[in-house]
Amino acid sequence: MIRTLLKSMRQYKKSSWLTVICSIMEVVMEIIIPMMMSNLIDYGITDGKMPMVWKYGIAILIFALLELFFGTLSAHFGAEAAAGFSANLRSDMYKNVQTFSFSNIDKFSTASIITRLTTDVTNVQNAYQMLIRMAIRGPVMILFCFIVCLSISVKISMIFLIIIPLLGFCLVLIILKVRPIFTRVFRTYDNMNNIVEENVRGIRAVKTFNQEEGQISRFKNISQKVYEYYCKGEKIIALNSPLMQFCMYVCTLLIAWIGAKMIVASGNNPALGLTAGNLTELLTYSIQILMSLMILSMVFAMITIASSSMERIAELLQEKTDITNPEHPVMSVEDGSITFDHVNFRYQTASNDLTQKKRKNVLSDINLQIDSGQTVGIIGATGSAKTSLVQLIPRLYDVTSGTLQVGGRNVKDYDLQTLRDSVAMVLQKNELFSGTINENLRWGDPSATDEEIKTACHQACADEFIEQFPDGYETRIEQGGSNVSGGQKQRLCIARALLKKPKILILDDSTSAVDTKTDALIQKSFREDLPETTKIIIAQRISSVQNADQIIVLDDGHVNAVGTHDELVKNNTIYREIYESQTRKGGSSDGKEQ
Amino acid sequence: MEKNNKIQGQTMKRLIGYMTKQKKELVLVVVCIIVSALATAASSMFIQTLIDNYIMPLLGTANPDYSGLLHMLAVLAVIFAFGILGTLIYNRRSVVIAQRTMKDIRNDMFSHMQNLPIRYFDQNEHGDIMSLYTNDADTLRQMIAQSVPQLISSLFTMIAVFACMLYLSLWLTLFTIVVIVLILLVVKRISASAGRYFTEQQTSLGSLDGYVEEMVNGQKVIKVFNHEKQAVDGFEERNEAWRQSSSKANGKSNAMMPIMNVMGYGLYVVIAVIGGYMAINGLTNYGLISGRGILTLGTIASFLTLTRSFINPLSQISAQLNSMITALAGADRIFRFMDEQTETDEGYVTLVNCRIDEDGKITECAERTGQWAWKHPHHDGTLTYTKLSGAITMNHVDFGYVPDKTVLHDITLYANPGQKIAFVGATGAGKTTITNLINRFYDISDGKIRYDNININKIKKADLRRSLGMVLQEVNLFTDTVMENIRFGNPQASDEDCIRAAKLANADSFIRMLPDGYNTVLKNGGASLSQGQRQLLSIARAAVSDPPVMILDEATSSIDTRTEALVQSGLDNLMAGRTVFVIAHRLSTVQNSDVIMVLDHGRIIERGSHESLIAEKGMYYQLYTGAFELE
Repeated sequence: MIRTLLKSMRQYKKSSWLTVICSIMEVVMEIIIPMMMSNLIDYGITDGKMPMVWKYGIAILIFALLELFFGTLSAHFGAEAAAGFSANLRSDMYKNVQTFSFSNIDKFSTASIITRLTTDVTNVQNAYQMLIRMAIRGPVMILFCFIVCLSISVKISMIFLIIIPLLGFCLVLIILKVRPIFTRVFRTYDNMNNIVEENVRGIRAVKTFNQEEGQISRFKNISQKVYEYYCKGEKIIALNSPLMQFCMYVCTLLIAWIGAKMIVASGNNPALGLTAGNLTELLTYSIQILMSLMILSMVFAMITIASSSMERIAELLQEKTDITNPEHPVMSVEDGSITFDHVNFRYQTASNDLTQKKRKNVLSDINLQIDSGQTVGIIGATGSAKTSLVQLIPRLYDVTSGTLQVGGRNVKDYDLQTLRDSVAMVLQKNELFSGTINENLRWGDPSATDEEIKTACHQACADEFIEQFPDGYETRIEQGGSNVSGGQKQRLCIARALLKKPKILILDDSTSAVDTKTDALIQKSFREDLPETTKIIIAQRISSVQNADQIIVLDDGHVNAVGTHDELVKNNTIYREIYESQTRKGGSSDGKEQ
Repeated sequence: MEKNNKIQGQTMKRLIGYMTKQKKELVLVVVCIIVSALATAASSMFIQTLIDNYIMPLLGTANPDYSGLLHMLAVLAVIFAFGILGTLIYNRRSVVIAQRTMKDIRNDMFSHMQNLPIRYFDQNEHGDIMSLYTNDADTLRQMIAQSVPQLISSLFTMIAVFACMLYLSLWLTLFTIVVIVLILLVVKRISASAGRYFTEQQTSLGSLDGYVEEMVNGQKVIKVFNHEKQAVDGFEERNEAWRQSSSKANGKSNAMMPIMNVMGYGLYVVIAVIGGYMAINGLTNYGLISGRGILTLGTIASFLTLTRSFINPLSQISAQLNSMITALAGADRIFRFMDEQTETDEGYVTLVNCRIDEDGKITECAERTGQWAWKHPHHDGTLTYTKLSGAITMNHVDFGYVPDKTVLHDITLYANPGQKIAFVGATGAGKTTITNLINRFYDISDGKIRYDNININKIKKADLRRSLGMVLQEVNLFTDTVMENIRFGNPQASDEDCIRAAKLANADSFIRMLPDGYNTVLKNGGASLSQGQRQLLSIARAAVSDPPVMILDEATSSIDTRTEALVQSGLDNLMAGRTVFVIAHRLSTVQNSDVIMVLDHGRIIERGSHESLIAEKGMYYQLYTGAFELE
């Protein structure tokens, strides 16, 4: 896991190392300065020599400036390394996501990909900065301080040998105890946010059924749990500082007692043994050592919290796309003919979802022959795998067995980009992106002229409403297309797909929010303006498909029947049922009008 | 800047208001902090006393008597013990205060949110509302749990240390103050410039997060359009902008610590030189209590330690300044959210259970009778009861989401009890808007809506909504069991009621197929169910609430027509004997309605039964036959 993450370090290795080096230098200065301070007291003030005070004073200032120099550098490089590292991590993840196939995306779910790219990266950034600036300096500080203490008095240094392991042991104990509690805290926290999200989204349902009070008590319940778990965990962490203070005070008292005896024994003569200055020095170092241990324990606690974020990032980085380009790809698509030959398909089992539904074949033994330029309708109940069927054509998913040919060749032989350029698909859950209408449409063809855009919009019956907007084609679309109606959005998405001038055009229930009349107009323009293009139309309304050259009736992943409208009305029960349900009561008047 | 400070001041005040709800705890914590700070100060003072009074006198004596020293150490040990106890208590109690404060804020936020009008949710991005609970509450929690106790403790330590300094030497304290004021000026400058970069970092992070969210949500579209390269370019640009600002902001704030340290050393040296000069030249020292005397060497040594004890908490506070500013900005957003105007309700007519005797006389009763009445108190103190029957009238109603943009014009309609009224028309014609006026998600601009001949403005909103059932196109299921999701329609419903409702909606058979039947827990808004199944649950939910008036807003449009046929009988059961408003773009769904209203650009342009509208050969006729006419 760590190795996967470290691969993203790249150009920031240098600044990471510089941070470590500068931090060590900073620590060295932080150690030297108290030595100077004690000298200043011993040789300057105690002896009453002003020149000595000046001498050590200036020395302190010089070392202080050096500390400032290294400290600022370490601050700068540390921030640069951490920001750069996380920028690289984010970029690597994002680029990997771009290579993902649909099944990779399904596996992770959109929401979890977003969390990994945002919150998780921020956690790692903070932990990494802390790590290179603090975690390295801690042990160095402890080591140096201990050596200095040894040089002053071996006897007194022994105190640390007892206290440090004791403190370290207690800190580890605290971390171990707290870890499972915090895992639970975060899980409960997620659940709480989930409740908020459900309520924000479902506020109409809540208000309709007067459930405000019920939801508030539901929220308060989980809010109380979050409170309890947090308190439990943080109360244990709160033991850190009294524990630390206890060790510090014990050290102080012991050092004072033993130190005093030694000073008296030496007569406060540096040549003979411990002096008063040494004593202050020892006390300062003892505080430094314990402080470093304390910071170290905080760093570990932080890394513990960040480690789950690190794991999630590594997962995303290690995920390999399961649809790749062939070695010698075919770079052009001959025509828009499509052949399904004994195609079976099932979704790969996502690790977190083991329901029966996913393991079963979604499509079974599909055999179809679609000629170039044909219009094909697909009809079937919700869950009959209509969408799954068409998503195989541009290789958004790979068939599990059997072969699928486009333009007379297996789809797996094509260059992916070539294939997807020739197959335009309007997805059921379609997205517009923030930007102008023009920018959105140019996704289909970046070099499209204004004339071409207008034509495509006309074909999709979108030109009329676009021109009614004050800014016309320059109208800004908000994120998710929230400022256009459902029907307008669908028509824009169709226009965008038309601009690709595809050999095969697939509409996955893409006119459901468009009124019948406009729908019919769109169908008409397809017939007249795109005779060469194979058009595959998934629809719920019979009227959207009844003029198709062939209509495929899907039932639970099987092809139930293929035929024209008239044939199916006559021979196919499912189709007739759907047809009748849509023309019920009005059926007779339909007949009359025809 | 001035204005910023004011806002931060107000936010801080409100935050403190939340914390002071727990007065006893807070007093205990403050007392413990003082005890702990005093012990820390004592340990600083300790060196002087130790060296001056207990070590120096022993020098040169043949048989040093350590009992004095031992006594002193014992006294210190007791003080230290109190200090540790103080630290222990205040650390643990302040966790509780912090978490309880957060819990209060959270609960207030959520309760407030439940009472906000629908308008608020329409006008604000859901992501923005969520981020109040996640990002803003998180930074605030960190501040309350970590920064605030540290701030208080640092403040007391500084006060205690300052008192000790005054006690030791007036002159040296004066020098210290001058230097510290200089230090503070430097801190202010650095934190101001770091603050700018932090704002920049937050902005660029917001733009980066927004981009990532949009792109990842549209990832499948990106694939279909081979748009990966452009998506990466746009990302890289924002990622780089974020990297630069984040690097600068953190660099500046990281540098705060070494800068403070160095200035601390500077102060140390200045005091050493001045003190040394005074001591060596025998200048008179003034201590606050100790009074006039000679500056001893021990005093200087102690004073020097004190200056460090004074600088340390100062640098700790300044290192946290930026995160505190970020947290306060979050708190400000949270409080502004809580200041949003809630839904007002001046209604006084309530819905009560009742008994109706043969003469039609209505008497109120407490238990459920299946019969309801509107209880209408009048100005003169009398009460009248009106039977709940479900008649709705709209009289010349105008409405606009924003004041000067009317979207509904002069809507007049009468729905008699038990009638089925349908609205048809293009997207954006105002069909849904009309139903949102009946249940008062929005209030009308002009005209009158009456329910059983009572102006709906006089009816309490909760009671009005209880009398209306809604099935919406978008089904919102909650993370809970299927049973609880059905019971959502009526919390008083028994399990049997829920199952009966599910049977009525034809949902019972598929629910029994689920792994745990009615006890199956739904997650992710019921993502494991098909659209049709979710719709059936939503119908069951409306059935269990058993209202006299139903609103079906595109309730079946995401179900394929074959499934719809199955649902239809359930819906027919549900609609029997009720006043029903139906919105559908699928005309087959509405043609058996008593009255069909054709809406266009917010006006009713045609009304009548299916047959009469077809005969009229107007807009409805065109819509109905549109596909054929084009041939």
